[in-house]
Amino acid sequence: MAEKIRVLLAKPGLDGHDRGVKVIAAAFRDAGMEVIYTGLRQTPQMIVDAAVQEDVDAIGLSILSGAHMTLFPAVLKEMKAKGAENIILFGGGIIPDEDIAELEKEGVSKLFTPGASTEEIVSYLRSAVKNKSDDEQII
Amino acid sequence: MYSKKFLEILKSGLDQWDEQVAPLRGKKSMPRFFTVSGEDIDELYTPDSVDGVDQDDYFEKQINHPGVFPYTRGVHHNMYRGRLWTMRQFAGMGTPKQTNERFHFILKQGGGGLSTAFDLPTLMGYDSDHERSLGEVGKCGVAVDTLADMEIIFEGIELDKVSTSMTINSPASILLAMYLAVAEKQGVPFEKVRGTLQNDILKEYIAQKEFIFPPKPSIRLITDMMDFCTRKVPQWNTISVSGYHIREAGATAAQELAFTLADGFCYIESAIEAGQNVDEFAPRLSYFFNAHSDFFEEIAKYRAARRIYARHMRDKYKAKDERSWKLRFHTQTAGCSLTAQQPENNIVRVALQALSGVLGGTQSLHTNSMDETLALPSEKAVLIALRTQQVIAYESGVANTPDPLGGSWFVEALTDKLEAEAEAYFAEIERRGGVLNCIEEGFFQRELARSAYEHQKELEKKDRVIVGVNDFTLEDEKIDIPVLKIDRRVEQDQCAFVKKIKTERDNNAVQATLENLRQVAAADGNTFEAIYDCCKAYASVGEMCDVLRDVWGEYVETQAAMQVS
Repeated sequence: MAEKIRVLLAKPGLDGHDRGVKVIAAAFRDAGMEVIYTGLRQTPQMIVDAAVQEDVDAIGLSILSGAHMTLFPAVLKEMKAKGAENIILFGGGIIPDEDIAELEKEGVSKLFTPGASTEEIVSYLRSAVKNKSDDEQII
Repeated sequence: MYSKKFLEILKSGLDQWDEQVAPLRGKKSMPRFFTVSGEDIDELYTPDSVDGVDQDDYFEKQINHPGVFPYTRGVHHNMYRGRLWTMRQFAGMGTPKQTNERFHFILKQGGGGLSTAFDLPTLMGYDSDHERSLGEVGKCGVAVDTLADMEIIFEGIELDKVSTSMTINSPASILLAMYLAVAEKQGVPFEKVRGTLQNDILKEYIAQKEFIFPPKPSIRLITDMMDFCTRKVPQWNTISVSGYHIREAGATAAQELAFTLADGFCYIESAIEAGQNVDEFAPRLSYFFNAHSDFFEEIAKYRAARRIYARHMRDKYKAKDERSWKLRFHTQTAGCSLTAQQPENNIVRVALQALSGVLGGTQSLHTNSMDETLALPSEKAVLIALRTQQVIAYESGVANTPDPLGGSWFVEALTDKLEAEAEAYFAEIERRGGVLNCIEEGFFQRELARSAYEHQKELEKKDRVIVGVNDFTLEDEKIDIPVLKIDRRVEQDQCAFVKKIKTERDNNAVQATLENLRQVAAADGNTFEAIYDCCKAYASVGEMCDVLRDVWGEYVETQAAMQVS
């Protein structure tokens, strides 16, 4: 049996709307995962440092302010700088389809928008982490 | 109100009805009959469902006439027959110039008042060129760095002719000071300036989380400003105590009602402690509620709010002026109820929610646009939202008489129930040492997180249906409504503009006023007057907030408040 999935959730930027991230945190917890919620106003550096230190499988970002095209790339850049590209980056928020396509091309694994169910998000993360560890075993 | 005989006849009829309905109970159209807040609803409501209806003073005590204590039926005697509610649509985006153009457009369409949305850097007290502002400038509202921006936003608008609402909290004093500085330059005396500041910091700690300073100095900023306005800007509404964001963060109707009024009472107690007279400031307080999807529950919530407030203001805070007893409120439809799926359906949701606000006796109303789960609203979506209010006002007939649902046994029973639940929360808050302690120990925040998670689980179990989301969905849905995008140039232009102002202004004067602000903040003078001087010297929002951050420190959420449920 695989180890417990470890996931770090954060709110980057200045946005304080934390209803969604707390619902997701509770759902991951109830699905048996280890959840680290860093809280509000985290800089990309704080997020990636915490993720490396906590040795997480995935980072989830919640952004509802419209700053996603700045913040997701900034976190990706920081992950590369810290050699943390093996961590899965996913997120959610009010994000238009064309922006989702661009961000997923840049390396964000998956983005969820309003109306996504927690069940869907939990099963996504389980399979993303499983695929990642399968890949690592092949290497 | 009803005689003993009347109630006896009613009860015997009810027993017969119960026997007749018994065999029908096996078949149910829905898994549960409950409100959006999770309150179970009885099978039937009759006069017997309402406590106290057998008492002669029931009507006078619990309901009474519109404009008469305890104002259950509304704060005005004639309600909308005299004047309709104000259709106040919230707007603001991009640069000050774009917002100025939108304001001129609204005024030309006969809009009653202006309502300004600021961007996140402004709300959080950072200048547009600060590194933390990157990507956020002009996104959720207009960017304001210095008085120069405020001058552009209100260019060509006479400030004695409009009323302006500003959705700003932590740096509210700064934005009001800038607005007053524009009025002074226009030669408009402060006594003629009208408008509302949101200025409700407590709900920021509880729900929206756009706080800068710790609670105590934040409350001091507010009471200093209230003191200044009572003396010099008598037509200004100093705080709009807001339940809207508390509801959006996951609260039930009862939690929204209770936490909002508890916040209001906390401001009132703070101002009284600071030596102010309740009847001098209370008439300038107003409230701001959400209109969520459960039609009757919302109407009951507004009615309960007025009754609770009147009773507390008169009996607990000993206000003598009737104006202090009246809870006046703004309503906005529930953003969190809108769906990204089949977004046109949101027009219908907004219409029903807006109708509950009107039937609940709101003084002003913002109707959300159908596309708000996708982006900032497009012009077409904004227009439909405004037209929705006009259809309700002019076509539906609901504005013809005050409180048309008053006396409905269901609505009266629900109003009583919400009042009782709010009173139970007030007792709990008191037991936990008051509003500020509850914020520190995360009581409100955990209550909201728990309610939000419960609601989500109900959706996923399909105990609750959201049309287009967990039922009645479309395969391969394509969204084909226009979506507004904010140009990246907005941020560059705004950064260049604040840099230019900072080189052109008299920097010695700026430093002197900022130093004065530092001294006042560290001692106990009126911070509002010091802020006003800084604004007139073109000190920036970021510079003033940096001084205050230096003196007072920054607030960080406690671990207890961050717990997920």
